[in-house]
Amino acid sequence: MSFEGLPIGTAAKKRSFREKLYFPEILRGLGVTIRHLLHNILHTADMPTMQYPEEKRVYSDRFRGRHRLMKREDGSPRCVACQMCSTACPADCIDIVAAEHPDPSIEKYPATFDIDLLRCVYCGLCEEACPCDAIRMDTGIYEIAADKRSSFLVDKEFLLNNTTDGTL
Amino acid sequence: MTIVYEALAKIGFMFALIMGMVVVLIWMERKGAAYIQDRTGPNRAAILGVRLAGLVHPVADVFKLLFKEDVTPTNRHRALYNLAPWLVMTVALSTYAVIPFGDFLTVAGRRIPLVVADLDVGMLYILAVASLGTYGVVLAGWAANNKFTFLGGLRATAQMISYEINMGLALLGLMLVFGSLRVTDITAGQGALLWGFIPMWGVVVQPLGFLLFITTVYAETNRNPFDLPEGESEIVAGYHLEYSSMKFALFFMAEYAHMVIGAALISTLYFGGYQVPWLPRPALESHAGLLLTGTLIFTLVMSLLIAFAFLRRASRERGKFQDARDREPGLGAGLWLIIGLAAAAGLTRQPWAVGSAGAEVFASLAQVGVFLFKLVFFAWLFIWVRWTLPRFRYDQLMNLGWKVMLPLGVANLLVTALVMAVV
Repeated sequence: MSFEGLPIGTAAKKRSFREKLYFPEILRGLGVTIRHLLHNILHTADMPTMQYPEEKRVYSDRFRGRHRLMKREDGSPRCVACQMCSTACPADCIDIVAAEHPDPSIEKYPATFDIDLLRCVYCGLCEEACPCDAIRMDTGIYEIAADKRSSFLVDKEFLLNNTTDGTL
Repeated sequence: MTIVYEALAKIGFMFALIMGMVVVLIWMERKGAAYIQDRTGPNRAAILGVRLAGLVHPVADVFKLLFKEDVTPTNRHRALYNLAPWLVMTVALSTYAVIPFGDFLTVAGRRIPLVVADLDVGMLYILAVASLGTYGVVLAGWAANNKFTFLGGLRATAQMISYEINMGLALLGLMLVFGSLRVTDITAGQGALLWGFIPMWGVVVQPLGFLLFITTVYAETNRNPFDLPEGESEIVAGYHLEYSSMKFALFFMAEYAHMVIGAALISTLYFGGYQVPWLPRPALESHAGLLLTGTLIFTLVMSLLIAFAFLRRASRERGKFQDARDREPGLGAGLWLIIGLAAAAGLTRQPWAVGSAGAEVFASLAQVGVFLFKLVFFAWLFIWVRWTLPRFRYDQLMNLGWKVMLPLGVANLLVTALVMAVV
């Protein structure tokens, strides 16, 4: 069987005598690593590591974080329960139960509006689909952590009053 | 009875030394790896806000591993599965018996050699016990009844067989030069000077032997670039894959204990052990006053400098964290100031006029200190090499062992024998 035309592994590369001796090359490698070590000991501040809970990375305004529901002037949700977002959602994480709105000029309102944050893929299609700009992902929250699964199932009240401290 | 107490004291010292070194080495490994890779490394675990640059993390690890559930595979071989971690750790600790960590110490008129067991077949003991360590690895791999652990065990066996021979050949050259199998004789022989000005260290009289030996030691300790039995990118975690909790901790500690042995062997056999270069024991004793004064002045200056650095950090980083960690630079400065004050107090007691008893104790301590310095350096070399070199492929390992190192070892032995016969 021939392997012509296929890339050949490093074993085929001709090595010089110095490289075959192995030890000079090991010493060269040790030199590289010790340079990094000494530089980092002497210039601790230059290290690119971010001390995360104290320092936080600044993301762009377009960053899609945790969702929030927008409100009308009177404080009721802007959502008209049209199900466009839950239809667009590829992860099927939005669950809306519609109810009739007392105001005749508004057809429906969401009786419940639940998002399963564990299923959400943060694609932003719900934002795109929404005809009345009721759901947005502009909170910038990316620290989404809780100690039980049920905490990630957030409801209408939570989404309307989304906090920015990352707790669920 | 006194001899029993002496032996117990020496065993206790060695045990404390190894366990302390294990903690320090885990820290060195993490911090060294991080700095080599341009990261900061562990810096979170703290006791009352004191983080010791990450040295508290091994302590946190111990508590984590103590309280962790001990998950065991159902179809294990119960007895061997439980035996393996114990065997690895015991064997790792027992090699130290023949390694001298100092020349001798005179206590109440008794001359105590600073070695636990001064065997006349010390080198054979080292070779025998070092190869026993593989049994733990192989048993762990086999008894856990898992493909990956089994592969790890197999690799360990093959590697051990290939490199044990080379280790023996490298050591034979050394034995020829110093004409003894007793480790203390070899260390004592390295205190001599070659042609009157080069310390007759093993590395000077056996340079090729040293390269062969250090390579085999790396292979025997299963450290990079010879960590094929673990090979986490190929066989998950290798032989200790099915171990958890304190059983895993024993394997983990044994790896570092093996590193300490490796470093101790390299420094004892090839770098003069406790011998201070150009300062043999009588010279150390006669110049004790001068050396002690110098050591104290050095300690004083260094501790003041470090304390000053801590104080500068304290003023620069005031209120940086807004918690207990803010106290850390102040505490560091205080500690180093106390050390500096202790050195200054020592200087006021006229150390240059130290008596003969004090000079003897100083000489012993200086030799132990030099041994520890070499030990820490070679232990660091293990870590340094690990984060520099990639792992060998299996066929490369076998090629290196049988086709390169074995002929070199035989050649080294023959040339050494010829030279010894001629000279």
